[in-house]
Amino acid sequence: MIDDDLLPVLAVATGETAQMVFWSALLTLVLGLPLGVLLVATDRGGLVPAPAVKAVLGAVVNVGRSLPFIVLMVAILPFTRLVTGTTIGTVAAIVPLTLGAVPFYARLVETALRGVEREVVEASQAMGASRLRIVARVLLPEALPGLVAGLTVTIVALIGYSAMAGAIGGGGLGDLAIRYGYQRFDTTVMVVTVVLLIVVVQVVQSLGDLLARRLSHR
Amino acid sequence: MIHVSGLRKVYDTGVVALDGVDLDVREGEIFGVLGQSGAGKSTLLRCVNLLERPTSGTVAVDGQDLTALDIAGLRRARRRIGMIHQHFALLSSRTVAGNVAFPLEVAGVPRRERATRVAELLELVGLEGKASAYPAQLSGGQKQRVGIARALAARPKVLLSDEATSALDPGTTQSILALLRRLNAELGLTILLITHEMHVIKSVCDSVAIMRDGRVAEAGRLADLVAAPGSLLTREIFPLPEPAPSGSVTVTFAGQGGEPVMSSLVREFDVDVDILGGSVEDIGGVPVGRLRVRLTGKRAADALGYLRERGVILEETR
Repeated sequence: MIDDDLLPVLAVATGETAQMVFWSALLTLVLGLPLGVLLVATDRGGLVPAPAVKAVLGAVVNVGRSLPFIVLMVAILPFTRLVTGTTIGTVAAIVPLTLGAVPFYARLVETALRGVEREVVEASQAMGASRLRIVARVLLPEALPGLVAGLTVTIVALIGYSAMAGAIGGGGLGDLAIRYGYQRFDTTVMVVTVVLLIVVVQVVQSLGDLLARRLSHR
Repeated sequence: MIHVSGLRKVYDTGVVALDGVDLDVREGEIFGVLGQSGAGKSTLLRCVNLLERPTSGTVAVDGQDLTALDIAGLRRARRRIGMIHQHFALLSSRTVAGNVAFPLEVAGVPRRERATRVAELLELVGLEGKASAYPAQLSGGQKQRVGIARALAARPKVLLSDEATSALDPGTTQSILALLRRLNAELGLTILLITHEMHVIKSVCDSVAIMRDGRVAEAGRLADLVAAPGSLLTREIFPLPEPAPSGSVTVTFAGQGGEPVMSSLVREFDVDVDILGGSVEDIGGVPVGRLRVRLTGKRAADALGYLRERGVILEETR
């Protein structure tokens, strides 16, 4: 049975999770998409071949990908303070969430862009299209279903990461489950948050799949 | 119209794809480059619009040396050169009309004008009703028609065709080749095509270059090559077992005015003609044949002389 004082607490926690995930997903899109494009474009035989740049970008992305989120979060606390002025709270959690998700999404963008047939890119070059136009009008539109699917996976991962952000006082559903469910042995809260997380992930994934399908004309 | 000279392409791996290629494509002709995979024909075609930078040599299209242009100049020049591809290379995210409009967007044509031109082009290739279909909903032949409409959108004088019919079934191949022929005649379009299929050369080409190991092994007008003794083209069109058995004669006719030379040979010289192999093909509307025969009889030598007089090409094996 859910008692009356739990509902406001749940509402606040859900709101915090939503806030963390929304802003970090948005920033991830803004930063990860160009990074993914650069990873493909700087390839040997890419639009702007630059093997040295590619090697550096690849290494940076791999470093970001190799740290478990909870370690990354703690390790970059000074940076988080520099950016947001604090290390505690929902806003502060957005920084590590974004930093953790950008390399992840960049790799997914890279994979999606590589799925665009080489012949199509060459055909555009043969038409005299500029590199910028090829990225904006050929690569990105052609890879759009993959980019959407990748963003969906990233948002689901961010929902998972955001639960860990509770550890630095980021709030949210994960924080609620740990404080009430684990530390206070409140099984009801535990069950409710788990169900809520599952429902949210299901909804996000279904919406993402639907959108990706709608966008695909293959 | 297309002038290629001394073209060499050596890849970083050390592979020599083109080893000194010269090519002259005259205005308004369909020029076919024939070769097995690995012969360098694909590299050659990609060097013509500089998708591939040649290691050395020059490429001129419509009097303009492309190898001397900077990036912006090259982009402008490329808009005057259409290209069609083996796997069509259409944008799956755009409709048929959107695909055909793309080069017009690149060329900065205003929206209203684009729509008119797209409708015109779709009519030209016989796809009037398909403007809002997506490529995935089209057959292979229809996709290539979209590819052709797109290639012609910016009114190029030259069309490059990279194995454009290789992914199509025989019937569709013929209809696409017929379309290319019609566009060549109606628009005065110069077409440079590469193919590994002899029937493509036979059906549409005015001139041909045969490539082997990065070089042009033979080049010229189709009609001239067929009539030239021992030409590679003739051997490729009419394959006969090599080496020829001793005492045989290989006879190549190239339209002796419809004269039945073989039967008159038998009547006049009283020789026996033993046919060992051969075939007859229609090349550019002229019946051309290559037969391997063995002539026996007292006047066999005179019979050969008679054939020679008639302009028949003889290759004797002793």
